Amino acid sequence: MSDTHAHSVAFVRTETIPQAAAPANASGPVKWARDNLFATPANAFLTVAAIYVIYLILAASLPWILNGVWNASSLAECREILQGTSGACFAVLTERWPQLLFGFTYPATEYWRPVLAFVLMFAAIAPVLFFDLPRKLLIITALFPFVAYWLIWGGSIWIPIFALVGFVAGYFVYARFVTKSFAAGFFGGIAAAAVVWVISGYIVPVLTPEETFLSAVPSRDLGGYMLNLMLGLTCVSLSLPLGIALALGRQSSMPLIKWICVIFIEFIRGVPLITLLFVASVMLSYFFPPEATVDLFLRVVIMITMFSSAYIAEVIRGGLAALPKGQYEAADSLGLDYPQAMRLIILPQALKISIPGIVNIAVGLFKDTTLVSVISMFDIIGMIRGPILASQDWNGLYWELFLFACTVFFVVCYGISQYSQWLERRLATDHR
Amino acid sequence: MNKSVLFGALAIAGVAAGAAAAGTLDDVKARGKLNCGVTTGLAGFAAPDATGEWKGIDAAFCRAVAAAVLGDATAVEFIPTTGKTRFTALASGEIDLLARNTTWTLSRDVDLKFDFLGVNYYDGQGFMVPKSLGVSSARDLDGATVCVQTGTTTELNLADFFRSNNISYQPVPIETNAEGAQQYLAGACDTYTTDASGLASTRATFENPGDHTLLPEIISKEPLGPLVRHGDNEWGDIVRWTLNALITAEELGVTSANVAEMASGAENPEIARLLGTEGTLGEMLGLDADWAMRAIATQGNYGEIFARNIGEDTPVGLARGLNAQWTDGGLLYSPPFR
Repeated sequence: MSDTHAHSVAFVRTETIPQAAAPANASGPVKWARDNLFATPANAFLTVAAIYVIYLILAASLPWILNGVWNASSLAECREILQGTSGACFAVLTERWPQLLFGFTYPATEYWRPVLAFVLMFAAIAPVLFFDLPRKLLIITALFPFVAYWLIWGGSIWIPIFALVGFVAGYFVYARFVTKSFAAGFFGGIAAAAVVWVISGYIVPVLTPEETFLSAVPSRDLGGYMLNLMLGLTCVSLSLPLGIALALGRQSSMPLIKWICVIFIEFIRGVPLITLLFVASVMLSYFFPPEATVDLFLRVVIMITMFSSAYIAEVIRGGLAALPKGQYEAADSLGLDYPQAMRLIILPQALKISIPGIVNIAVGLFKDTTLVSVISMFDIIGMIRGPILASQDWNGLYWELFLFACTVFFVVCYGISQYSQWLERRLATDHR
Repeated sequence: MNKSVLFGALAIAGVAAGAAAAGTLDDVKARGKLNCGVTTGLAGFAAPDATGEWKGIDAAFCRAVAAAVLGDATAVEFIPTTGKTRFTALASGEIDLLARNTTWTLSRDVDLKFDFLGVNYYDGQGFMVPKSLGVSSARDLDGATVCVQTGTTTELNLADFFRSNNISYQPVPIETNAEGAQQYLAGACDTYTTDASGLASTRATFENPGDHTLLPEIISKEPLGPLVRHGDNEWGDIVRWTLNALITAEELGVTSANVAEMASGAENPEIARLLGTEGTLGEMLGLDADWAMRAIATQGNYGEIFARNIGEDTPVGLARGLNAQWTDGGLLYSPPFR
């Protein structure tokens, strides 16, 4: 073939031209900027305007942040150091650091306990969040609530031990009877656990020595960001199973269960969280004699859990509704009973669809834990608004403190949101 | 926590039995701790310091009651309450005593079913304005925006004052004193109104206190005092006379420094009765003879408490004014210990 036109062509290149780099204006940052920032005149105008706004913000805030004072004992001293120049007084964060994290009444010598519980928390939630990890690690997760309770509240080690024994006893009774009837296993398990707890109520005071290994810290002494994290973690992990149960109950064909779930969900969704918290903090004491009230922390946990479980139930109901009817029928035709069908076929798909909604509610719940400051619990916002701003030393500081609160909340909420996106990618089985 | 669940469950069953509860004094003694409701933080009255210890005249009063009743000034559980939760906390029995710079009014005393037991600070509502506003009297504030705390008597007094002077205002509702100061400094309102003591202590924290001035008008009476539930008069008597003991001690010159010496050799018979070396006043209250001595020895007399927490040498820097003894031209006047 090469001979055919040899006489008519003066020059034929026999080797390929070495690949050259793209022209400067069609590659690299210049091309990226042209494509993304200055594609059209309107686009270019918006880019310039945005850069200007960013400049304004940074010009005002950066000197303020960089010029910040980190070592002073009061706002007045800060002002003295700054000599009238603009600068943040971050010294309040360094001076009140333990108070912001642990509240002002948690004994200072015991700070290591919540810190240790915090570290253990990562070990406990890792196998739940990342299911590629060995399943044996779930043992740590199961033990974590009891260990963390003991570390944070201290007191008799027998309380968490008997609580754990109650759960174990309940599980064995459940496993023993569930093969015959689900209801027998379920209620038998609850009854067995209750029996253990009632008995332990008599045994624990006898076993408890005068001086416990970890000194007891009452719930009222908890505070700071620790309180937000504790409420957030407890309520999210309790409201997820409760929400699933409510969502399934709402779809149940048994009228009693169905209506209990419907009324619960609709009632809770129709009431503002702050009202529930007020009920938890002040109204409930009317119903109990003064010397035997339910622990304030527990009351708040119950209310927040009820609130978010109603929302999670609705999100999951959306996921259940999105499944084609054929999935239910397929489960039935395989001969699976109800728990098996739910566990193996329906819920894995429904929950996957519901992930963004559930995460949305989890993030919202975590931020809502700051509402406890209005019922005079000293979470991080309560600490800032109450004791810190009321003290003569720091009265008059706002930006530094609330920026700090924003930062710590952002870190956790952004983490949750990133995790959920990873989870969605990991679970993606559709054919995109 | 699980134990308290159990107790809670048992408690539901025991509500009927629990309704016939014993007196507050017995409850406090059985518990070994006094549950005292205080504010979530107001410098000089009750606020935790950097080490987490409650300081202020209300906190000191709680400790004095604990010292008198339980013999231990540290046996106090401080329960912070907000303006909105304070009364329910007291009515529901969560706290035994509310010492939270609460104004004594008829409706609170009668309608809400509480007993006010005296006055530990005579206050009055004032206004703070920036000097640049050029206002010298509260009557010039026609059309002003006013920062005011919600759920307090200040809100009501403000409405009364403007209505009776036939001038208008625009309220900017705020939640806490700190928030009020911030809104005021940010220019959200022309003037900030609250109790004059609060204004003085707030102004002391400003970067340029000299730029702001307190208007001369005091538009209300704000007798702040401790209160308990209506109907338990034995407990009410103890709290009332603890307060009176602190006031009387100042009048008679009994201080935390000389109380022990006074008790051993007091010539003045009233001092002897107050400190329990003579008579059976403590017994009448259901306490031991040394009750008042312990309160004074641990917390000092009223004057010492005042000077330590809000007096002129503190950052709050309040003069005694109305809160001086009646012998010095003030309003403090304790009934005799006899």
